[in-house]
Amino acid sequence: MNANDRPAGEELQPVSPAAEAGQVATHTAVVADRFENPGLPPHVHRASDTDPRAAKRAERQVATMFGLSMLATLVFLVGYFAIPDDATFFFPGIGQVSALNVALGLSLGFSLLLIGLGVVHWAKTLMPDEEVVEERHEMRSTDADRGAAVQVVADGGTAAHLDRRPLLKYSLGGALGLFALPFVLQVAGSLGPLPKDELSRTIWDPEENDSKPIRLMRDPEMTPIKLEDVTLGSVFHVMPETLQHYIDQNHGVLEAKSKAAVILIRLDPDKIKVQKAKDWGVDGVVAYSKICTHVGCAVGLYEQQTHHLLCPCHQSTFDLTDDCNVIFGPAKRPLPQLKITVDDAGYLVAPEGFNEAVGPSFWERG
Amino acid sequence: MSTAYESRPADALRAGDREDTATSSTKPLGGIAGWLDDRTGGAKGVSVLMKKVFPDHWSFMLGEIAMYSMIVALLTGVFLTFWFVPSATPVVYDGSYVPLQGVTMSDAYRSSLDISFDIRGGLLIRQIHHWSALIFVVAVFVHMVRVFFTGAFRKPREINWVLGTILSLLAAIEGFAGYSLPDDLLSGTGIRAMNGFIQSAPVVGSYLTYFIFGGAFPGESIIPRLYSIHVLLIPALLIAIFTAHILLVFLHKHTQYPGPGRTNKNVVGYPFMPVYIAKAGGFFFIVFGVIALISAIVTINPIWAYGPYDPSPVTAGSQPDWYMGFADGALRLMPGWLEFETLGFTWSMNIFPASLLLLPAMWTIIGVYPFIEAWVTGDKREHHLLDRPRNAPTRTAIGVAGIVLYLTLFFAAGNDLMAIKLGLSINDITRFLQVMFFVGPPVAFWITKRICLSLQRADREKVLHGRETGKIWRHPDGQFEEIHEPLNAYDRWKLVQHETPEPLQLSAEVDENGVASPLARKQKARARLSRFYFRDRVAPPSPQELEAAHHGHAEDEHKAISSP
Repeated sequence: MNANDRPAGEELQPVSPAAEAGQVATHTAVVADRFENPGLPPHVHRASDTDPRAAKRAERQVATMFGLSMLATLVFLVGYFAIPDDATFFFPGIGQVSALNVALGLSLGFSLLLIGLGVVHWAKTLMPDEEVVEERHEMRSTDADRGAAVQVVADGGTAAHLDRRPLLKYSLGGALGLFALPFVLQVAGSLGPLPKDELSRTIWDPEENDSKPIRLMRDPEMTPIKLEDVTLGSVFHVMPETLQHYIDQNHGVLEAKSKAAVILIRLDPDKIKVQKAKDWGVDGVVAYSKICTHVGCAVGLYEQQTHHLLCPCHQSTFDLTDDCNVIFGPAKRPLPQLKITVDDAGYLVAPEGFNEAVGPSFWERG
Repeated sequence: MSTAYESRPADALRAGDREDTATSSTKPLGGIAGWLDDRTGGAKGVSVLMKKVFPDHWSFMLGEIAMYSMIVALLTGVFLTFWFVPSATPVVYDGSYVPLQGVTMSDAYRSSLDISFDIRGGLLIRQIHHWSALIFVVAVFVHMVRVFFTGAFRKPREINWVLGTILSLLAAIEGFAGYSLPDDLLSGTGIRAMNGFIQSAPVVGSYLTYFIFGGAFPGESIIPRLYSIHVLLIPALLIAIFTAHILLVFLHKHTQYPGPGRTNKNVVGYPFMPVYIAKAGGFFFIVFGVIALISAIVTINPIWAYGPYDPSPVTAGSQPDWYMGFADGALRLMPGWLEFETLGFTWSMNIFPASLLLLPAMWTIIGVYPFIEAWVTGDKREHHLLDRPRNAPTRTAIGVAGIVLYLTLFFAAGNDLMAIKLGLSINDITRFLQVMFFVGPPVAFWITKRICLSLQRADREKVLHGRETGKIWRHPDGQFEEIHEPLNAYDRWKLVQHETPEPLQLSAEVDENGVASPLARKQKARARLSRFYFRDRVAPPSPQELEAAHHGHAEDEHKAISSP
């Protein structure tokens, strides 16, 4: 007997009636004393079924909605040609809006909405509302059909010599198992180059500038920065002068920027708690990588009073006075510091580049 | 034909060969439909389809909203491909949006600006596309929640639950890919974070990102690749799986809520022709119309305000689209100390589990739920009648606990906005949500289960003692009594039709020789889970109990409510 042959309302039966040791079984339910399904309640007619005037009214309402939809479509057509591109107006509650977008959107919206409302109203008032009952049948095929299916497949296999010639079976299996490899190799192999040590390098590395110190430039103006320009509490967004080369070639600019972004801040030297941080800066002017060590957003929010740097993506907070150690949030490592000095002309320069990989962690950053 | 050769006796031989005599009362199938049927034999199938019965309920429209908003997104998406240029090649903007004139940007961003400012109606199409995509994902999720809480995933619909689970995952990925295409500052920041996620994968992270980005981030490959995924790969999968999803709904016939006349063996509702063609077809226009109205007045993703992508600046309050919020929130809640190094190699366990693992893990748990529940209940029957959520307290409680977990992550993605708008400390909000992640779901589970059991008891009360009418009687001896009006058989049926399974019992842990059965351990786990599911139960009242309640007072009522 199939599990579905039981009446719908019956209590759960044991999983295995003759429960063997270690098997689970439900309690064998007494066919419970249950209420009977009372069947469909008597149908209540709608006003439009019994009153011709109500039906007529419904018809007029539906037709009105269709008519208004046509009108809205016309408004769209006229609006498309009549409204200038730059026209704006004040929409209460929303603000200054583009007249073209609002007119086209509202007319399109109403032209569609009124078709929908009209049709649904039609269905609800004039189309039959007496419920129809359709029987369900079990999804499972009959045992005979299942047997026949097994037979057909087994016969086919036999007819193809599958059981008599296993060599065919296994060699086909091998071929089918391998044929996808070329496609996988082609796509996986050709998608991109190997990273080599690129993730650990930036255009602050001195070899980018013939081993000469690299000037710190304002981003995006690309003008050099004098030490005295950096007043107490001011923040500079900085790029290396080597970036100019990429800008001139109009190639690889974003790739270079995405690792080279630096933030430059002047603190009261007495507030810097770490000697190394003090040594790598000049008179309290310190430079740190602006790329978050979490997932690489730009750490762009500087809290002037607390000297905290906050990443706007996931709120990792770095303490500038403590060599940019993480004091809150999901990042683990401090922002790498860029060692800076002043060159003969009085401009800030970075002589050595970063001594570790900037940005998010990766397996072999070490 | 038969009329022409009526007189020939030989025709008798061919009687029954074919049915070429249309009954006089119906119109013959002619014209294009006839031409088609001659070549496909589709008439029979069409008439079966047209007579198909669908039950009515507002919650069945959630799936329809998902289907229609997907169609709207597909339609408007095709329009957008006419103007969008999926290229990261830098160009100088010279379109009509003055603040960005002369700025170097990618061709993708330039063409997105052109769609917004220089193509008439282009902004509307873009807005409809974005809004319909958002509504699509919402509707998919809410539809899923409905299916879960009503137990519509039970046999024979487990396959369709799995297909739906895959669809919802694809919908979220499709949304993320599309959101990244305009290459504005906000979406570029999203891709930047994605780059960080991929890089966090142990061992292969840096290789994976170089393969996916075609070199160093951002490169010029990611936009065209995401474009191909967004307009070709995922839509094809979505349409294929969605078609299978709908075909299975037709095959299984729609589930229905319990009610008088509705049984596990029938479906009560309205036929496709004309009622459901009108209702469902009309609803498409309603969904499309409402999306267009929203798009007309509520701006979504004003890319022109963000500027082109540049790795150096970033906007405060960076947020992904809502459906990726929970993943972003998970990242915000992970503590940094989870990252560690062994032998010089970095394990980014503050990122990897909450990004690359989270989505597959979450969707796997959702996908396998029907199979777990079926194993626990040991129920092998088909179920076409839906559960009222209160009648499956443990399942409902699990669902609510899952929602609370999801919402905790979701709100975590807005911790910065909450901090600003509510004037709270972002650190406090984050810590609170970290605690909520562990405490919230169990508490929600317990509360929900209690509420379900209470609602079931209230149902019992209503059946046994009728509806409180608010009318007070005074007896001749001065006693006051409120009049209870008994329920009629139709209203009562809804409250008494359900089953309340008892926990599975372990028959014996050892066989007759005292040897522990090898099956026992697995079955013990099963029995324990079953106890967890069904230990607390409120049985529906029986006619006898109703009878007893009518006569005098129900002393034996407490016995019936008792839980083992």
